[in-house]
Amino acid sequence: MEHREIVVVGGGPAGLCAALQAARLGAKVLLLEGDDRLGGQLIKQTHMFFGSEKQHAGTRGVDISAMLVKELKSMDNVEIRTNAMVIGRYDDGALTVDENDEFKLIYPEKVVFATGASEKMLMFANNDLPGVYGAGAVQTLMNVFGVMPAKKVLMVGAGNIGLIVSYQLMQAGVEIAAILDAGPQIGGYLVHASKIRRAGVPILTRHSVKEAIGTDMVEAAVITQLDESWQPIEGTEKTIECDAICLAVGLSPFADLFWQAGCEMKFIPELGGHVPSRDENMETSIEGIYLAGDVGGIEEASAAMVEGYLAGLNAAVSLGYGLAEAEGLRADLKDQLNDLRSGPVGDKIRSGLAKLQDD
Amino acid sequence: MLKVTGIPTTEDVAGVTPPIERLEKGPCAVIECYQKIPCNPCATSCPFGAIVRDNDINELPVIDWEICTGCAICVVNCPGLAIFTVDLSKPGKAMIKLPYEYLPLPQVGEIVDAVDRGGEVVGEAKITKVQEGKAFDRTRLVWLEVPREQAMIVRHFRQKE
Ligand SMILES: Cc1cc2nc3c(=O)[nH]c(=O)nc-3n(C[C@H](O)[C@H](O)[C@H](O)COP(=O)(O)OP(=O)(O)OC[C@H]3O[C@@H](n4cnc5c(N)ncnc54)[C@H](O)[C@@H]3O)c2cc1C
Ligand code: SF4
Ligand code: SF4
Repeated sequence: MEHREIVVVGGGPAGLCAALQAARLGAKVLLLEGDDRLGGQLIKQTHMFFGSEKQHAGTRGVDISAMLVKELKSMDNVEIRTNAMVIGRYDDGALTVDENDEFKLIYPEKVVFATGASEKMLMFANNDLPGVYGAGAVQTLMNVFGVMPAKKVLMVGAGNIGLIVSYQLMQAGVEIAAILDAGPQIGGYLVHASKIRRAGVPILTRHSVKEAIGTDMVEAAVITQLDESWQPIEGTEKTIECDAICLAVGLSPFADLFWQAGCEMKFIPELGGHVPSRDENMETSIEGIYLAGDVGGIEEASAAMVEGYLAGLNAAVSLGYGLAEAEGLRADLKDQLNDLRSGPVGDKIRSGLAKLQDD
Repeated sequence: MLKVTGIPTTEDVAGVTPPIERLEKGPCAVIECYQKIPCNPCATSCPFGAIVRDNDINELPVIDWEICTGCAICVVNCPGLAIFTVDLSKPGKAMIKLPYEYLPLPQVGEIVDAVDRGGEVVGEAKITKVQEGKAFDRTRLVWLEVPREQAMIVRHFRQKE
């Protein structure tokens, strides 16, 4: 049994920044990451990021992660453990951790859950055929392990993830047969769409996949056009040859630990599903449990980092650290979040957060 | 339509095209970024302060073509790969600099298929320079020479088999 000041669960951008900020103010921090490496989604992002310079815009995701990890590792008051998956939280505040197949109990005074999100699945015939992938798996194979996942991919989803993973596949020499989206418009940033489109990839809005074809693995996909009410239009089926179907149809927050802890949860579709209520300091309905990043609403790494700094700051302040600088830092971080969310592409997240406040 | 196909319309492009007289003086940036997104590396990377984002990082970038030197630093720093430079100072020809992140890299002197915003081959282009550098962070700047009338049409290229 161990006692700790601040435990941060999850080593993605949100968790890294939460740990950094708390440690910069002098708190003793333990960072637990279930995977064998830090960085979360960032280690798979080889493209330059959006945002402003404060969130390292213009830098590639994988390099942002390396920068954050480097600073964290240089700090004496931070301990980092990888292969350490938090699998439960008890009423007395104890976290159970599976660390390299050993069970441990850790009692934190304050905890930040920054566990990210998991991918959504799509229903269609034969969606269990080998060759039907989530975009995250394709990216992990390609960018973490250097394995080419397929030769010709049908991408489903024209949000940022579908567009970016398509681009990365093309850079790796994989052909993209087409990018489909059920919606009437491209959901991702149009600059991403344009750079893929000029490389010759068709983007088909109001289209979805109806069926995967193949005996042992995907050999083709049947796609169909959708009408205004998102229903397949009969007679518009087309067969597209491909050896993989990649699904990039959204994420849902990985909120299990909040449920277990008994935090107040709300279903907010704009944020990706069930998410914990929180105050403006990123604290949940249970004192001492904070959140940051995609687990509180699917957004961007830029916002996840700022939320992480904010959660780490407030957790440290609640233990008496950094009282002098807290107010200035907090105001700056809140301004950054507002800036990131203030434009038209922030509409969804703003309305989601507004719903979270209503009761 | 851009939001449906990913291809900007002729009107979209017309709205961001610098005046011909400016392009005839030498290289100038063309910012093909039409959607308000939280992003500003174009403005922060320009060493001459030619791009303004008006404090709000969601506003569309606004460029002062008279200040712009066509140095293309913003071209390799834009995460959307949405900026190009165009130069009409040589008679009959247009020089285009574009950001490029695919392999293999083209060779100087190589003749490639010139491609438009919709991915269609519209003619041929000559590669006149391939620039890389530490500040470029692995995005290459490729210089293309195309016929003058294709200055605002060619935005990509494909190497011949
Ligand atoms: C293809 C793609 C492109 C993207 N492009 C951009 C972009 O250009 N700009 C941008 O700003 N954002 C981008 N994003 C979004 C960005 O990656 C995410 O918003 C961001 O990573 C969320 O950060 P996070 O820390 O909340 O979660 P994650 O990065 O998902 O990290 C969560 C971490 O928690 C760990 N974890 C989970 N559960 C536990 C547990 N119980 N115990 C211990 N550890 C646990 C996970 O292993 C993981 O390492 C992109 C995402 C994708 C998929
Ligand atoms: S080309 Fe150079 S001078 Fe012109 S806007 Fe871009 S960075 Fe600035
Ligand atoms: S950096 Fe590129 S994508 Fe970002 S605002 Fe500027 S032009 Fe648009």
